[in-house]
Amino acid sequence: MLTTQVLYALTACVLVALGLRGALLHASLLQRIVAINVMGAGVFMLLIAVAYRGPGQSPDPLPHALVLTGIVVAVSATALALALARRLHAERDDG
Amino acid sequence: MNPVSLLVFDALLLLSIVGLAWASLATTDVRRGVILFMAFGLVLAVAWGRLLAPDVALAEAAIGAGLSGALLLAAAHRQPRPLSPETTNATRNKGAAGVGVVLRWAVTLLCTALAGTLAWALLHAFSSTPHDMLPGAISANLAVSGVSNPVTAVLLNFRAYDTLLELAVLLTAVLGIFALGQANPGYQPAGPVFDGLVRWLVPVLILTAGYLLWVGAHAPGGAFQAGAMLAAAGVVLRLAGRTRIGLPEGLMLRIVIAAGVGVFLLIGMTLLLLGRPFLGYPPAWAGSLILLIETAAMLSIAATLVLAFLGGRPEATGVKAEANRQCEEIP
Amino acid sequence: MIDILSSILILAGVFFYLAGSIGLLRLPDLYSRLHALTKADNLGLGLLVAGLALHSQDLLIMLKLLLIWLAVLAASATSAHLIARQARRQEKVP
Repeated sequence: MLTTQVLYALTACVLVALGLRGALLHASLLQRIVAINVMGAGVFMLLIAVAYRGPGQSPDPLPHALVLTGIVVAVSATALALALARRLHAERDDG
Repeated sequence: MNPVSLLVFDALLLLSIVGLAWASLATTDVRRGVILFMAFGLVLAVAWGRLLAPDVALAEAAIGAGLSGALLLAAAHRQPRPLSPETTNATRNKGAAGVGVVLRWAVTLLCTALAGTLAWALLHAFSSTPHDMLPGAISANLAVSGVSNPVTAVLLNFRAYDTLLELAVLLTAVLGIFALGQANPGYQPAGPVFDGLVRWLVPVLILTAGYLLWVGAHAPGGAFQAGAMLAAAGVVLRLAGRTRIGLPEGLMLRIVIAAGVGVFLLIGMTLLLLGRPFLGYPPAWAGSLILLIETAAMLSIAATLVLAFLGGRPEATGVKAEANRQCEEIP
Repeated sequence: MIDILSSILILAGVFFYLAGSIGLLRLPDLYSRLHALTKADNLGLGLLVAGLALHSQDLLIMLKLLLIWLAVLAASATSAHLIARQARRQEKVP
């Protein structure tokens, strides 16, 4: 259990909490999407902190691959959410 | 390196990360929030570099901060600057009644409790003995995987199924975006300064994408980062007001979007027919098969991300489309 | 010897970044802030890149760092121009 791992893991928890609070409390859809992305960043930080082995050794590559997948999935989910939000605004303005 | 100075560096880095996230979520101006989020993503990329995760740092800077930021900023600019009457009333109503304030405090307390529980669970997990079976298996089998970068080996050989499903998620997202309407209106043609930048930037981006694709086999890089570079070229062309941004049209576009999943499945099925397990590459062919899959995945990811920035079905360009449009105008 | 030289260059780059950030916070209007930030940051990055190139002592890495500096130079100059032009246009509209 390295000090670095603990530090980054605790920050990851803080980011997840911040993101969740933002996603629940904000009024505009766009800020909620940003908050969910912040939550995602917290989860990624947790995975990479777990993979870290110390300054000399090479880190565990499996969580890195998972985070890489996660980043791409997060951006596609954001894109779909933004298209949905745009359509929602258009429908709201019309009707 | 001196552990104390590394600790100080870590503390400063983490403070700026949390501070940027807080500032991004605390502001009421959406555009400021989005720009702070882009800065947050870039500092996060520095953190990934510090934790010895260069592939993830590249992807975070290109996709997480760059492309996500461009998507969110474009969406934020489409919103009218002064708040529309119904949103102001909604925020006022939330704050006016006492219930609003109580609700906010309750949610804040719940989220703090969640963070505390997570932290407790993590510290408990960290203090137990680590299992090192999987990293040991990865380094033992790296020689027969066809590449020498362990992250690429995990992504495209040992856990190829996960990458196949991820590409399917991208495809689903683009199908959803297609179903939701037409693309956003384009931008005005750029002035000479921006146009001059685009003229030499786009070839450099394409070259860098090819380099990242090739180097991913033995150094940090790979299909996702290369696809993000190509998508950046498309986005920059779109911002410069060009009508042709490198996206193919009609049937070719659909083929390119489906190429990532398609080539993956084709290779998997062919291996099945040859008697090997699904996506179980023969060690002699592993390197070339991985490069083939990565090339198709790069093109597919680039097309998907550019379409995500466009925000819908692209307007048709070209002679055929012009003729169709003119036919529609004649009463 | 080379380490000392590269440390001096990197520190000089950081100093220019600090100067640019102070300019961002203290200068009165958009144009002067843009001017200070763009110029100071570009010079700061150039010094940083020079220090890192000296430290790495590998030709390929030096060339890549030079390419990064040139790309950032062009991109930041273009974005400063675009921001200033947009601000000017919004000024003209009453």
